[in-house]
Amino acid sequence: MSVAPKREDYDVVVIGAGPAGLAATATSAEAGLTTLLLDENIGPGGQVFRAISSTPVTDRNQLGADYWVGADLVQALRASNAEVIHRATVWSLDRNLDIAVSTGGASAFVKAKRVILATGALERPFPIPGWTLPGVMTAGAAQTMLKSSGLVPDGRTVIAGQGPLLWLLAAQILRLGGRIDRILDTTERRNYFAALPHAFAFLTSPYFTKGLVMMREVKAKVQVVSGVTELSASGEGQLASVSYVAGGKRETIPADLLLLHQGVVPNVNLAMAAGIEHRWDDLQLCWSPVLDAGGNSSVAGIAVAGDGAGIGGANAAVVRGRIAARAAVEALAPAAAAKLATMAALRSDLAKAERGRPFLDTLFRPASQFRIPSDDTIVCRCEEVTAKDVLDSVAIGATGPNQLKAYRRTGMGPCQGRLCGLTVTELMAQARGKTPQEIGYYRLRAPVKPITLAELAAVPKTEDDVKAVVRG
Amino acid sequence: MNVDAIVVGGGIHGCSTALHLCLAGLKPVLIEKDYAGRHASGVNAGGVRQLARHIPEIPLSIRSMGIWEKINDLLDDDCSFESYGQVLVAENEEELAVCRARVAELNALGFTHEELIDAAELRCLVPAVAETCPGGVVSRRDGAANPAQTTTAFRRKAQQLGAIVREGVAASHIRYSNGLWHVDAGMETFAAPVLVNAAGAWAGKIAADLGEPVPVETVAPMLMITSRVPHFIDPVVILRGRKLSFKQFKNGTVLIGGGHLATPYQDRNETVLDWKSLATSAQTVFELFPVMRSATIVRAWAGIEAKMKDDIPVFGPSSRHKGLYHQFGFSLHGFQLGPGAGAVMAELIVNGGTQTRISDLGIDRFHPSAF
Repeated sequence: MSVAPKREDYDVVVIGAGPAGLAATATSAEAGLTTLLLDENIGPGGQVFRAISSTPVTDRNQLGADYWVGADLVQALRASNAEVIHRATVWSLDRNLDIAVSTGGASAFVKAKRVILATGALERPFPIPGWTLPGVMTAGAAQTMLKSSGLVPDGRTVIAGQGPLLWLLAAQILRLGGRIDRILDTTERRNYFAALPHAFAFLTSPYFTKGLVMMREVKAKVQVVSGVTELSASGEGQLASVSYVAGGKRETIPADLLLLHQGVVPNVNLAMAAGIEHRWDDLQLCWSPVLDAGGNSSVAGIAVAGDGAGIGGANAAVVRGRIAARAAVEALAPAAAAKLATMAALRSDLAKAERGRPFLDTLFRPASQFRIPSDDTIVCRCEEVTAKDVLDSVAIGATGPNQLKAYRRTGMGPCQGRLCGLTVTELMAQARGKTPQEIGYYRLRAPVKPITLAELAAVPKTEDDVKAVVRG
Repeated sequence: MNVDAIVVGGGIHGCSTALHLCLAGLKPVLIEKDYAGRHASGVNAGGVRQLARHIPEIPLSIRSMGIWEKINDLLDDDCSFESYGQVLVAENEEELAVCRARVAELNALGFTHEELIDAAELRCLVPAVAETCPGGVVSRRDGAANPAQTTTAFRRKAQQLGAIVREGVAASHIRYSNGLWHVDAGMETFAAPVLVNAAGAWAGKIAADLGEPVPVETVAPMLMITSRVPHFIDPVVILRGRKLSFKQFKNGTVLIGGGHLATPYQDRNETVLDWKSLATSAQTVFELFPVMRSATIVRAWAGIEAKMKDDIPVFGPSSRHKGLYHQFGFSLHGFQLGPGAGAVMAELIVNGGTQTRISDLGIDRFHPSAF
């Protein structure tokens, strides 16, 4: 494994080594294109197959058969000629397909003829009262520790929220001997009815049986409270208790750890900073890039695959990765495309992988009170801006997230709005009686991940700059 | 709709002019294609600087400084303005000699805001500066403000005082008939005896379409901001010989600028950054301020603005058309001038003249007056 990129120019640069990125890289490299895969983690797999080649959890049943699918994808990648760099943070991509990447404390610039963004998903913010207390963390963070180090909670643990990942995590924690005191299910009751029309497709999808088995496994061991309509965490400088309302009744239980999760949303940070057009997805309640059937974005040469293109799950991500890579091969080396699976076959695979998705999206559409906070609940963690602060600014003329910066420092801290963006958009949309599409999103800019001044200072200069300094 | 004046452009200049017209009892409309402060006015370095200005614009800058110092009285908003001075650092004796000559020239013209300082005074004002710097120039009343907050505050105050503000619609089909300027904005048409062209990077085209082309280009100076670092510097620091300016805010974040340029894509409201040039700025900061080495860069950006070939703005009445006024081309240093320029522009419109000397800034320097 190399540290810095070996070349300055590549046919294809793939960003992210999750399901979509692994599949895209292998496909592109097999077709003979010079292909570079840049990934932030220490090994391949992304989130869903995290630590696939290094996890200490060797009993295959504990992480489940779906997890181990990742091993085949890694094998295909290793069999190809692709150049792979891990611990590589891509911090800038622009419409000229210039990529800035930080590896081992130094930055390098590479240029691509095609870029495939496979930056995956992020957990949706879950801004309830007390969510910034130590002791409250996301289910995804807990799963990261579980997969990479086999760590599970042993204190009084409450899991709250909804969605497939929540049940998967609960099952994995229990299989590894961890403790869960209670699961608070925030799925809205009306969602069950709304999802009914999609139920047939779901019943015939692979999600159904697996999901049912997993939920049954968890419910046999843990008290599950459904229909939770209010949720808050409290404690003095540290989580002490979780309070909730279900069926109109409030209950408060002591807790050392609260794991929150209400689904994932596309990680659009790099795509937006590159200038790719996005649209608000009203079903998935998030921004998704505007793409054609080949995964191509509004910026020539950049495609988006996997959950970053709209949440579709790991199986769909693999197919979307192959579709984007095939589109790149068709554009750069048409003759080589003949060896690959046809677009028609890939589209049919994708339809199969996406079956059941509308059911999940509808059933697990998070309730507005858990997405749009009120009063003193923190919205922007970096600058400690509350929902009330945002509403006060709207009342005196702030019209959107970017304009809000003239009133409050929301989105101007270290995370640059990457964590609070969705909350701010939906909160302002609700306050102004507009759609999120009309309200818009923060203008995201590079560096998409912070880099140190020392690292930037070490970047090689342009000739003009060298001359300017010499001239004094 | 008939109004007293149509101001095209919702940057700090357009907003300030609209506000000052309201104060003079007029009813203006402000038309902004995006939103007030969307471009250069909202995303510049926020420097409130009289230091190192071109001589023709110094009177306007001094006029503006007086308004900045009472900005809260004008706007009911402090604009986060703070005044710790601005310091120009000479890195060697040759640069210091240039500084000495400059201060002498200003003094001869009667301007006293720039003072020559020696190495000891420099170290006192900017303790973190490298030991080898022999001195520089200070302008003690200078400082910095939050540009988005400031431009928004001007827009808001103008609106409160009766200005009609139209954001998100471009001014189009600008024409003159029967003694009135007519401008379309979305579904509406406004008519007024006065038209102010304060459209920033888009103003050159308006001027050219009205028969007054000027040598102007669109540029996008880059800036970057760091995470919080311990307080180490108060004044804004500018290097005499290298492209660097530097400001630490109260919250500890440090803004690094200096005029390296991004590529503007004006029609798309977009800029593409040049990281290799930003690396040059980072290198300079790395050398001069070791305390900054481990700070992280959290954002870099560039605003889109108009730069004149001679680096001084186009300010004052048209040389061809009655009722037309230009206020653009501030060439990377228009933010501090905004409050004063709005006040002076309102005087030109309402009184037909001003006490502030602006005669070298007119568009007639490119076109002999037709009047």
